[in-house]
Amino acid sequence: MTTDLTKKQTYASDKIARSFLILAMSYLLFGLLLGVIGGFQYILPSFLKNKLSFQQTRPLHVYLVITWIFTGAQAGLYYYLPRICQRKLYWEQGAKIHLLIQILVSVLIVYSFFMGEFGGREYLEFPPWLGAFMLLSWIPFVINFFFTLKPNYKNAPVYVWSWSTGILFFFITLSESYLWLIDYFHSNIIRDVTVQWKALGSMVGSWNMLVYGTGMYIMEKMSGDTKACRSPLAFFFYFLGLTNLMFNWGHHTYIVPAAPWVKTVAYIISMTELLILGYIIMQWRKTMSQARKNYHIIPYRLLSFADGWILLNLILAIIISVPAWNNYTHGTHITVAHAMGATIGINTMLLFASVYYIIQQEGQAFFEKKRKITGTGVFITNFALLLFWIAMLGTGLLKISSKLNNETFYTLMQKSLPWFKFFTYSGIVVFAGLFILIVTAISLIRKSSAVRTLTSE
Amino acid sequence: MVKILAFITLFTSYLIYSGFVYSIGTESTVIPNKEEQLTVTKGKALYEKYNCVSCHQLYGLGGYLGPELTTAYSDPQRGELFMKALLQAGGRRMPNFHFNENEISAIITYLKYVDATAVSYKKK
Ligand code: HEC
Ligand code: HEM
Repeated sequence: MTTDLTKKQTYASDKIARSFLILAMSYLLFGLLLGVIGGFQYILPSFLKNKLSFQQTRPLHVYLVITWIFTGAQAGLYYYLPRICQRKLYWEQGAKIHLLIQILVSVLIVYSFFMGEFGGREYLEFPPWLGAFMLLSWIPFVINFFFTLKPNYKNAPVYVWSWSTGILFFFITLSESYLWLIDYFHSNIIRDVTVQWKALGSMVGSWNMLVYGTGMYIMEKMSGDTKACRSPLAFFFYFLGLTNLMFNWGHHTYIVPAAPWVKTVAYIISMTELLILGYIIMQWRKTMSQARKNYHIIPYRLLSFADGWILLNLILAIIISVPAWNNYTHGTHITVAHAMGATIGINTMLLFASVYYIIQQEGQAFFEKKRKITGTGVFITNFALLLFWIAMLGTGLLKISSKLNNETFYTLMQKSLPWFKFFTYSGIVVFAGLFILIVTAISLIRKSSAVRTLTSE
Repeated sequence: MVKILAFITLFTSYLIYSGFVYSIGTESTVIPNKEEQLTVTKGKALYEKYNCVSCHQLYGLGGYLGPELTTAYSDPQRGELFMKALLQAGGRRMPNFHFNENEISAIITYLKYVDATAVSYKKK
């Protein structure tokens, strides 16, 4: 078999990047499995009620899929950093330490959920001391990022800004999300809830910065256009995104009786998203014609699906940011559609674009054999995701009508059953689509790593 | 240079804004007395220890398998006795946590406090 491997520059740290890729996709695989179990708990009230109740499945699902997102981004960076600056990773040992601490923290978190030990806070439902370890595990990564790249922000491309911002804000927001440990925050529910929404909302923004940075980087590499990522327009949208990261969280807190200006600021900032929306629609045709041209290239296809999901989720985000509508949509599955629509449709698609971009770099020849099955995986995932997303919107709308009719929770749950089924069954198909992408990617990465070992011997 | 300045300006506004949100933006008009506060804190600690957030929401934070609890206390369809019953025995989906009377009353006191702060819900 011939590969173009020998022609490409390789780095010793690629091995660790591959380990991170496999780790990231393992998180996703287990996270998906728990999501499906959680879905069945909606349909069957007593399903695993005593052994692995929703009290455990939801935090496990959320923790694992969230960790897939940032680990997937980190894995990509370990691969890209040496290539961007043509020098080896600053601290290879550090990357290994990162991997070890991260695995250890994950094992402890999963164990604590199984044992019923909780911190009991939304999204970060594990005991708080584990959050400190999570931050710690990032430190070698941060050192590697800044010391390998030695960014010069005056003329750095926008993705370097985006990654740096993602890292900075992950530290800020994860620390902020633990302010509740101080009584000043914990004893006042209004403050506690507002700050928690603030921290979590911006934390999601920090992952977006990491993942969008990756998307822009591979787009640049594939198109060969190095100007786009340095253009004023690119920076305009970076700063708009940053402003949203900092202030947009407020649309989750309309219902919290904090000071009225918190809402006003949030509302105004949210509406700047309309600019992004307009821009995307304008770019749409251009992107689409490019996508058609490059349809055979899997990362392109994933990037253009991500574009489609950005469009749909942005429309949804703008709708739920209008206070009068938020009044109805908040606290329903419409919020879950907002959360999962973005984390699957946008983040997961961009990350798989990165995963498959790396795989193709590692050896086009292997990949050729798997192109068809990968394409099928991408199609199944996106088609099913559309149904899954519609199911969540439907469940949410039903809840709104039920609230308006003053129905009891029990009646609502009875009426929602067909929608829950629709949700869970389409979720299973999403799982199946992603399963294909995960298994194919892991097997290709392992193959290319075996060949690497052979050629280097 | 413009970019760096823009970043510094935004970041500084973010820090100042955070300061406002942490203080005057989130002052509460409902301030329990010392004794109540102890019970509220205990109830809240139980709410966290048993991860009620996975199934219930308070002010929109939390999972959706169970009902939202922000105003459960003053809801004519639910109220204290109904809540107690569920905490004592669990429900169709809600597990039985085998709480003792003390714990149940602490949780209810906590939820009563949350309900009292929820003026924005009741205006509707
Ligand atoms: C596994 C999910 C789950 C967990 C965990 C859970 N609950 Fe529930 N809870 C429910 C469901 C579902 C209902 C509605 C009754 C039913 O179907 O069981 C409910 C009902 C209630 C009610 C009655 C109010 C109403 O509107 O029906 C209260 C109060 C309550 N839960 C409090 C708590 C507290 C406090 C905790 C944590 C100690 C908790 N729940 C943990 C699922 C859960
Ligand atoms: C890449 C894949 C996925 C990602 C990134 C993801 C992400 C998330 C996130 C962020 C939440 C929290 C939502 C919120 O609180 O608003 C969530 C909740 C949930 N997800 Fe997923 N998810 C994925 C796939 C799935 C699949 C395939 C299923 C299968 C049915 C599923 C089932 C659930 C359930 C049941 C919840 C809990 C909803 C609730 O709060 O009651 N997820 N997911």
